[in-house]
Amino acid sequence: MESTKYDAKSFKGGLHPPDDFKHFTDKKAIEVCPLPEELIIPLSQHIGAPAKCLVKKGDEVKKGQVIAEPAGFVSLPIHASTSGTVKAVEMRLHPYGTDSMCVVIEPDGNDEWVDGLEGIDPEKATIDEIKAKISGAGVCGMGGAAFPTHVKLSPPDDKKIDKFLLNGVECEPFLTADHRLMLEQTDRMMDGIQLVKKVLGVDEACIGIEVNKPDAIDKCTEVGKSQGVKVTPLKLQYPQGCEKRLIDAETGREVPSGGLPMDVGVVVQNVGTVAAVSDAVREGKPFIERVVTISGAIVKEPKNLLVRIGTPMSFLIEQCGGLTEEAVKIIHGGPMMGNALPSLDAPVCRGTSGVLLFGKDMVRETKIGPCIRCGRCVSVCPVRLMPTTIYSAISYNEVEAAEEACANDCVECGCCGFVCPSNIPLVQAIRQAKNAIWAAKS
Amino acid sequence: MENQIILSPSPHLESGESTQRVMLDVIIAMVPACIATVFFFGMPAVIVMAACTIFCVAAEWACNKIMKQPTTICDYSAALTGLLLAFNLPPSAPIWMCFVGAIFAIPMAKVIFGGLGYNTFNPALVARTALLISFPAQMTDWRAPGGFVTSAADLKSMATPLGELGTSLMLTGKIPESFDLAAYFLGNQAGCVGAASSLALLLGAVYMFYRKVITWETPVSFIGAAMVLSGLLWMINPETNANPIFHLFTGGMILGAFFMATDMVTSPLSSKGMLIFGAGCGILTILIRVYASFPEGVAFAILLMNSAVPIIDRYTKPTVFGTSAQKA
Repeated sequence: MESTKYDAKSFKGGLHPPDDFKHFTDKKAIEVCPLPEELIIPLSQHIGAPAKCLVKKGDEVKKGQVIAEPAGFVSLPIHASTSGTVKAVEMRLHPYGTDSMCVVIEPDGNDEWVDGLEGIDPEKATIDEIKAKISGAGVCGMGGAAFPTHVKLSPPDDKKIDKFLLNGVECEPFLTADHRLMLEQTDRMMDGIQLVKKVLGVDEACIGIEVNKPDAIDKCTEVGKSQGVKVTPLKLQYPQGCEKRLIDAETGREVPSGGLPMDVGVVVQNVGTVAAVSDAVREGKPFIERVVTISGAIVKEPKNLLVRIGTPMSFLIEQCGGLTEEAVKIIHGGPMMGNALPSLDAPVCRGTSGVLLFGKDMVRETKIGPCIRCGRCVSVCPVRLMPTTIYSAISYNEVEAAEEACANDCVECGCCGFVCPSNIPLVQAIRQAKNAIWAAKS
Repeated sequence: MENQIILSPSPHLESGESTQRVMLDVIIAMVPACIATVFFFGMPAVIVMAACTIFCVAAEWACNKIMKQPTTICDYSAALTGLLLAFNLPPSAPIWMCFVGAIFAIPMAKVIFGGLGYNTFNPALVARTALLISFPAQMTDWRAPGGFVTSAADLKSMATPLGELGTSLMLTGKIPESFDLAAYFLGNQAGCVGAASSLALLLGAVYMFYRKVITWETPVSFIGAAMVLSGLLWMINPETNANPIFHLFTGGMILGAFFMATDMVTSPLSSKGMLIFGAGCGILTILIRVYASFPEGVAFAILLMNSAVPIIDRYTKPTVFGTSAQKA
């Protein structure tokens, strides 16, 4: 699978999982998922303050209508994904695993757009107008962290941005949503890239794509040639899609601990995000649907679906022909960093890149053994931490020692837990350490 | 359906590796050397290997029972320690010595420190060294390879190449005129059960590299440092110092560099640390071989470096990503 066709770059550390499980869906064209009977739209779908709800039970809403407004700069509006009636505003299972306030909409089937959604001509518009369109459409990072895009596009004046990188790495096993998007919606994505380039005032953009997607590399290279968009082929190396790793691989710049990409003059956007930027600016279309990979060996027909925000996961599984055996694990996102869910009642939100279903064979009962100091966690850590040091510190409740071992720098990529032969829950321990450090400070 | 859904934190994939598998891989890697030693020393070698392994596993099981802890013999680490101990004993070692060795290795060098993962020193080498000091006669009762014999009495006494070197230096002030390096490489020399055949050990090492049970740093720096130091001494005075290749294929150099010093528990965590650790082992080995009163120094060298592991780890902590600029 590793192609020698490209002069591929990479970063130090990380790992190369023996199977990326992408074969389930990487050849499957994106299909449009039909309207479900109920849409569950969480008010908190992005990093930052949850949106303030503007509708109540019984209200009629139209597709694209703002149903919740942003509560601050680092916040986003939420839109209705179709037209219908608000059935309830209540606590429902959020895809991140907790109960959260959601607007439940019963679609009327007409799928009628709200009036007044208009695009602008980016040639004539000011940068602030473009940014207003992006934030008004609720665009946020689609790679998983769901950070509001307009905030990323508004670096303070003292941070000079000279590099714009596109994240088409999709290093998580199973996921192919970005891969298909780069292949099938190349023009839409390229248009979004031009818009972001204009906002940032940079001339060049680089798409980082791992070599397990040669078709996407070739297509993007060809289409991008005339538009000042380059493609950087990257070696297969998890977690290359992690922003700081991608910057390291492509530019060799090291984002300082606790810093942001803008500190080294870089802005990174997911490929799906820029496609949403194009819709937002040119058509005024809000971010109400996205591509989601539904996969796993027990899914009858794994697919890449274009899904409306709020569609329950159970409905997605129906669209994929159901399951061949009972699911033992439901994962929101990728298998390395995604969260396990108690049921399929949770909806798709803006940060949902995939829904994975694991049967018995993918879930092994593991016994935690003593650390044999094999050092594998140390050699795979992309941040160059000593996971075992943090683990033992937090086991003895030594919060300061954990902080000294730089627990806060952990990106929770899961490499250490993946390789540990003793099955020590290292990532979990580091998360615990982060919480303890945070609690000690406040 | 919902009752059976498992909620666990990420990552949801794992490498499938286990401690058990790591230990088993090392044992598998020792198989060629086991076959070679049976070929050269016959039944006595089989008996030493069987006795050490059985006694070590039994000692571990007994410790578990006495301390009312879950049985840990299934992680194969005790079996591995047993086999490594056997590799470090002469083929003529009596069964009672294997028993005493197991007592040194498991309860004294491992369990007292807290069990697997917590011991500072390599248990097999602690046992070997304790036996060498306690029973110097039996521990230096070397035999010539004699093919497949049924008892140690059938094997003729013979000095090890390193022993011969020492004797020659003492008697004539010079090293012997010639060495049969090819024979040493194949394993046709007097020595410990598992140390004789460098060829067989290297075959096992290839397997360990393939299975990624060991990394290159420790063995390469161990052997590299030993070769450089012995090479320098040899260049200074070839009449009193053996050449580096002699040092490489005699005694426990290959066994030590690939199987003993690479023990995960008692070696440093980081790659830089392993390089320092290995180099230290190599230098100490040659210094002991050339200047100390014992002809062989691998075991002492590794044990000495084991004690330096915490401090090596402390000073070779990797620089956390994004902090190098702050430190510079």
